Amino acid sequence: MIVKIVSKNFDITNSHKLDIALKHDRYSSLKKLFSMNPHEVTEEVAKSGLRGKGGGGAPTGDKWKLMPKKHEKPSYLVVNADESEPGTFKDRQIMEHDPHLLIEGIINSSYAIGAHDAYIYIRGEYVFWAKRLNEAIDEAYEAGYLGEKVAEYDYKLDITVHRGGGAYICGEKSALLESLEGKRGHPRLKPQQKEPEWFFGGPTVVNNVETIASVPYIINNGFEAYRAYGTESSPGTMLFGISGHIENPGVYEVPFGVKMKDFLEQLGGGVKGGKKLKALIPGGSSCHVLRADEIDDITLDYESLKKHGSSLGTGGMIIMDEDTFMPEVAKNLFEFYHHESCGQCTPCREGCGWVDRILGKLLSGEGSEKDFDTILDACEMLNGKTICVFAPSVAFIANSYITKFKDKFYNLCKKN
Amino acid sequence: MSEFKFNSENKKKFNALLKRYPDRASLSLPSLWMIQYQEGWISEDAMIYIANKLNTTPMDIQSIASFYTMFNLKPIGQYNIQVCKTLSCKLCGSEKIRTHLQNKLGIKFGETTKDMKFTLTEVECLGACGEAPAMSFNDEYIGNLSINKIDKILDEL
Repeated sequence: MIVKIVSKNFDITNSHKLDIALKHDRYSSLKKLFSMNPHEVTEEVAKSGLRGKGGGGAPTGDKWKLMPKKHEKPSYLVVNADESEPGTFKDRQIMEHDPHLLIEGIINSSYAIGAHDAYIYIRGEYVFWAKRLNEAIDEAYEAGYLGEKVAEYDYKLDITVHRGGGAYICGEKSALLESLEGKRGHPRLKPQQKEPEWFFGGPTVVNNVETIASVPYIINNGFEAYRAYGTESSPGTMLFGISGHIENPGVYEVPFGVKMKDFLEQLGGGVKGGKKLKALIPGGSSCHVLRADEIDDITLDYESLKKHGSSLGTGGMIIMDEDTFMPEVAKNLFEFYHHESCGQCTPCREGCGWVDRILGKLLSGEGSEKDFDTILDACEMLNGKTICVFAPSVAFIANSYITKFKDKFYNLCKKN
Repeated sequence: MSEFKFNSENKKKFNALLKRYPDRASLSLPSLWMIQYQEGWISEDAMIYIANKLNTTPMDIQSIASFYTMFNLKPIGQYNIQVCKTLSCKLCGSEKIRTHLQNKLGIKFGETTKDMKFTLTEVECLGACGEAPAMSFNDEYIGNLSINKIDKILDEL
């Protein structure tokens, strides 16, 4: 079931060191890369169907094509390493075990979009991984893979690691850019037409770590080789994480289209302690929760998850066994969203806390059925009235827990 | 004028970073980190220093520093313990770990021991779900926590 494209070197001892990395294909795409023109590189990636692996799943090639051919200001590549979605811990595996793959991917991608400055925005808590990246980047500069000339080709590239300060919302690309510009991480209003992102007014691409790390394989082997894995509309592989009540928690790379149940059983080793599955969150806490009876036909790709009323997200699955008390799960997640709302938009700032408090009231046995109406009202208020998608997702999540586990929630207020 | 100043290493770092960004405003977060590693926390005095360096106002720096939860705006203990409280850790028993830590250190979350040795906070998802329950101990992740493991770590300090 496992296919190692991005994780190929993960099990090699000291794979993060340049000398070892070079023995295992790192930087091998550069010769081919610089024999192509940037347009051809973008086309190759577009044809591969590579989709963003940070949660949204937007086609990478389409994003790159939004970059203007000419612009008065320089272009930038920003790598989103702000991995903060609960249940997600895949990008740090790349940064830990194969930082040179990420650097190689950055070289590939920067060349395609004409960027000479790239930034890796890494979440503040990832101190070890920021250090590891910096060490790898230093090695790459020393060996001539970065700087004025990349591997003796006439292309200048600098990579800078930029540490965040512990704000979940900075994983949202426009908030990330605000933060990178030195401000509070408040998401920006989105334009109506499609356009690139902007960093100090310069056209910018923001891509997730794993997305960037997938590019060298595509350049080296061609788009067909990548398309040989996965499904028609979700080509290639993804690093799927699995945690919670599972025998073998961890990160495993499999092609899109694998049956979710097979993944849970064969790689996850089944629910911990041989218990029955109650529910799971398929790809980070912002995806709709799925009951055990809903997952039989699900395959791990964007389309299947969508068809079944959830989403693939970051691929970080959280498994919950039969003894899990779902209202507590909802409360736990709402504490998270309450804490992480950036506070820019009133409906989100107040609404997330409101729902969190009502759930607390219900759990302490002081709630009544009227409270569900209040939650649904609050969800109405959260949906579609804010700058970014944080509040709408929160509204959908609240809805999905309450509708799917209605009895459990209503039992909380029987006494009243 | 502020009394705070970058040490020579941070001065060097700051100047090197200036060349990496199109605008010096980007250096607010890197500067705040440098202050925090130099002093252990970020004083108003240090914010004035940074504001001058970045051609902005101290209020601007204050508003940035207070937005990001990892910046300590008051002194904290020698050992900074941050326990994850989000879902995967909760499912794997973080509640017991969190109670134990509070009892053992004799402080509640958000507090520092009187001897300024330990600061204990509960934090949202650390991205260590595969090793749940997990905590960050002075910048280092420690996973698969058990009460015994915690006792061993704290008793050996």
